[in-house]
Amino acid sequence: MHWMDYLGPLSEGALVTIQLTVFSTILGAILSFAFGIGKLSRNWLIRGFSIGYIEIFRGTSLLVQLFWLYFALPIAGDAIGINLRLPAVVAGILALGLNIGAYGAEVVRGAIEAVSRNQYEAATALNFSGRQALWRVILPQAIPEMMPSFSNLAVQNLKDTALASLITLSDLALKAEQLRNYTQDSTTIYTIILFMYFGMALVLSLLMRLIETSVSRWRGVRR
Amino acid sequence: MLFGYEWDTSHGELAFAISILPMLLRGLVVTIQASLLGFFVAMVLGLLLAVLKSAPSRLVSWPAAFVTEFIRDTPLLVQLFFLYYVLPDYGIVLPAFLTGALALGIQYSAYTSEVYRAGIDAVERGQHEAAKALDLPPRRTFTHVVLPQAVPRVIPALGNYLVSIMKDVPVLSVVTVLEMLNVAKIIGDQTFNYLVPLSMVGGLYLIMTLVASALVRYLDVRLPKRGIPLR
Repeated sequence: MHWMDYLGPLSEGALVTIQLTVFSTILGAILSFAFGIGKLSRNWLIRGFSIGYIEIFRGTSLLVQLFWLYFALPIAGDAIGINLRLPAVVAGILALGLNIGAYGAEVVRGAIEAVSRNQYEAATALNFSGRQALWRVILPQAIPEMMPSFSNLAVQNLKDTALASLITLSDLALKAEQLRNYTQDSTTIYTIILFMYFGMALVLSLLMRLIETSVSRWRGVRR
Repeated sequence: MLFGYEWDTSHGELAFAISILPMLLRGLVVTIQASLLGFFVAMVLGLLLAVLKSAPSRLVSWPAAFVTEFIRDTPLLVQLFFLYYVLPDYGIVLPAFLTGALALGIQYSAYTSEVYRAGIDAVERGQHEAAKALDLPPRRTFTHVVLPQAVPRVIPALGNYLVSIMKDVPVLSVVTVLEMLNVAKIIGDQTFNYLVPLSMVGGLYLIMTLVASALVRYLDVRLPKRGIPLR
């Protein structure tokens, strides 16, 4: 086979990788805000739950989480009489999103804590409710500060999607593995997909840069 | 049966968990060995990349920067497959464990090189000027003045990557390395009980990363800060 012939199956795989990245990054972003804000909550139950989530998903390996959701969760479900058999796609997106969300939550928490104390006081003085202060004063200033870290996490997430191939998802990594079994042309195939991942990471960084520029106007007056 | 230990599937979950613990601990030892070897490779290779990136000639520094970026932006799993399948085509046959540790080291050298570089950049200007005043050639300034001050200072920051490496070791299971997750997977495949071994691996991982993080923090406080303080 000529190396051009590999590009067809490989781009099918790349499409799956892109979908996995998009969905799990969106899920991760939602979880980041939910638990990052949750960790700062005054309610100890919400705070404890958020800390537990962050510690468990940051403290264990992504592959362990992926296998747990895919292989162990159905057995746990059987034990309590609920069908928890997840399709590979769902398990993959869920594991990736939960994992990156835990790292993102720490970024969100850090950025919120870094907003100047005066801003809270000013919001209180202007009779903003706690929720209004958070949404209209604190977050708009904190989000631009989160963007560089979010950009790194998104690329991290793109790389992590390769692990989904280990629970039978036919992403770029699995397509490459299948092609290699078929052609034994390891050098060409793996060189191509390394560059494909590199290209996707560059595009993703660029997209994140665009978002970063568009939210940077929310930044408050420089202190 | 695994590593000569029998699992007990007939006396409930707890007896099963106790019977497979020794097997998982055998896997844990392999996980720690792979982490340490991978970390060592990352420290050495990262320093090399950092030195090349701070080279005065762009002919050296730009390719080094590209290589770092390329390594950082591609998945460990694919790099591992690349080493595992491609190296033998060129006559380099390594055991799976060494290939795995090498892949970990290469992936993380991209991260450690940035840490080293931050350390190198943080060495005060005055040190460079003093070296110049003492008529030290640039190379000796780098090896005898800059590096000895930069490297000890970044060791705690490097330690955080040891914890990250530990969490990436399970990827090596794809090339048959018998680390902890692979052992749990084999037990699950044989006994049809994935819940207990995989949950135990999760628990052991939590303990391992908590201990490792605490050690790194302790090092950060305790490590003697040699040389002239940075500002």
